[in-house]
Amino acid sequence: MSATERADGAGIPPSANPWVDAQRNPEFAELRRRLRGFVLPMTALFLSWYFLYVLLAAFAPEFMSIRLVGHINVGLVFGLLQFVTTFVITLCYVRYANRRLDPLSSRLRARLEGDPR
Amino acid sequence: MTRQLAQGAVGEPLLNVGIFGFFVLVTLVIVVRASRRTRTAADYYAAGRSFTGPQNGVAISGDYLSAASFLGIAGAIAVYGYDGFLYSIGFLVAWLVALLLVAELLRNTGKFTMGDVLSFRMRQRPVRAAAAVSTLAVSLFYLLAQMAGAGGLVALLLDVTGTVGQALVVAVVGVLMIVYVLVGGMRGTTWVQIIKATLLIAGAGLMTVWVLGSYGLDLSALLGDAAAQSPRGQAVLEPGLQYGTSLTSKIDFVSLGLALVLGTAGLPHILMRFYTVPSAAEARRSVVWAIWLIGLFYLFSLVIGYGAAALVDGGPARISSMPGQENSAAPLLAYQLGGELLLGFIAAVAFATILAVVAGLTITASASFAHDVYANVIKHGELDPDGEVRVARITACVIGALAIAGGIVALGQNIAFLVALAFAIAASANLPAILYSLFWRRFNTSGVLWSMYGGLVTCVTLIVFSPAVSGTPKSMFPDADFALFPLRNPGLVSVPLAFLLGYLGTVLSKQTDEAKYAEMEVRALTGAGAEQPTPHRGPGGAEVDHAPAP
Repeated sequence: MSATERADGAGIPPSANPWVDAQRNPEFAELRRRLRGFVLPMTALFLSWYFLYVLLAAFAPEFMSIRLVGHINVGLVFGLLQFVTTFVITLCYVRYANRRLDPLSSRLRARLEGDPR
Repeated sequence: MTRQLAQGAVGEPLLNVGIFGFFVLVTLVIVVRASRRTRTAADYYAAGRSFTGPQNGVAISGDYLSAASFLGIAGAIAVYGYDGFLYSIGFLVAWLVALLLVAELLRNTGKFTMGDVLSFRMRQRPVRAAAAVSTLAVSLFYLLAQMAGAGGLVALLLDVTGTVGQALVVAVVGVLMIVYVLVGGMRGTTWVQIIKATLLIAGAGLMTVWVLGSYGLDLSALLGDAAAQSPRGQAVLEPGLQYGTSLTSKIDFVSLGLALVLGTAGLPHILMRFYTVPSAAEARRSVVWAIWLIGLFYLFSLVIGYGAAALVDGGPARISSMPGQENSAAPLLAYQLGGELLLGFIAAVAFATILAVVAGLTITASASFAHDVYANVIKHGELDPDGEVRVARITACVIGALAIAGGIVALGQNIAFLVALAFAIAASANLPAILYSLFWRRFNTSGVLWSMYGGLVTCVTLIVFSPAVSGTPKSMFPDADFALFPLRNPGLVSVPLAFLLGYLGTVLSKQTDEAKYAEMEVRALTGAGAEQPTPHRGPGGAEVDHAPAP
């Protein structure tokens, strides 16, 4: 199946441009929704969490200096938690991409490139 | 620029040079072997897109963990304590921007450079010219930082403190880097990064285990000793030592934090690495590997920094007084722990780091000039790839010469700070345009130009009129005073402004190309029509033989 025929399967009249057809395809819209629905809120989340840390370090040093155990204070734990969240978000994204993004995107790609998969 | 020698060099200069010489020899052999497989432009710029995700991930961490990370951050933690830690957190969290928003989409839509993605649906010539200008600006700033680091390092390790001697070392580093890039292209440079990253992370890991081991894995005791040794006492464990003195310096700290977290995904030499893998999925894997390695390394540097404060004879006061100042913390700790041999190893790794990073920067800057400016702006895209690569090689020599000259001028500057400025430029000039171009349908040529030139000019202007350049005893020109802008870090002003300008430039221009945006978005998300690995190095016949998409 070639790229120009592809839109028929989705029940949309083909236009002159196969890319525009592909973009209008509901499956593609679903892929975009899934991608943006994950990465945009996640970006807002980790940036807020990071700036909370930066602002606390700058403007609430007394809070960050509270000792928890021995010489380990809130600031150090907060900083190390930034490492933890970075690792966790990375793992979540990989899992999400493998399950929810890759199957859909490779199906769309195969169709666009004329692979009968 | 000449600094008075406080105490003599540490360690055995001949041993340090010997270990480094061995590294150079081994990498040169690898680079020469790699050059035999470099035939096409895709080989030279993108290593035939044949590296695996994990290999590229290690190479990315090699590119990213520069002398500023290794010497600068450990030193900042040793002397300023907690405030040095912020650098590493910003540098790490920044990778989430690259992972979630940039890496895969960029791999799917570009070919060799940042300019490929930015100009995808825009007017080619002005946008590529802007991308090249910004790439050259970021890369040159970054190069200066690394070169200055090389000078400081030899002051400590080889007892070379005269300006002439340090300049000579900078020149040698520059010439070696040109050789790597000319001979090995991206494939050779990538292998140098992989070897260097492995040595660096192993060396830092060894020192970390050693330090923690000597405290029986008791982090709290280590911190206690670091505080006891420091002239500032308990304050080194708390935020505010470097940036907490006034409201201005606190705002400066937030500004730095912003530039660090948004700069990474706009660094051209990092973006270019995503083209060395065969697919977007491999680009994702490389970022994941990079995040693990870089995160691990910054955890090591926390221990190394406080370890240097706690264990080095004379503590932070002596570190500050050494030639190379706080940048000497990690080498001094190595000497304290493992004597001449460990120092020799760490010193060689630090040199290798500088060498590898400058090679990565040089190939990026030269690719951007040859591919974006020469082939597409001057020759209107009618240049054969061989001609393009020839121009890239000539450019590499010119950039090498510039870096040597600039590096000599920048000797003695704090390298972590110089790198922070490169990040500020990347965050202002590049990132807003990249994000708009990948996510905003309406974005157009005028938006790109406003955002990139606006971000770049604002950022550089604010730096010139900042206290970093004039007005204080620690400035670049301590005797002059034209510091009209109060912050040392311009990001807080220039990044939002670049986003705003990108928006205004777009809505004030009618131009928009819906069909091209459709093509870009579909290609970005599905990978259809993405650049394939070079056939003679392809992982499997079927993948490579695909016809390109319509």
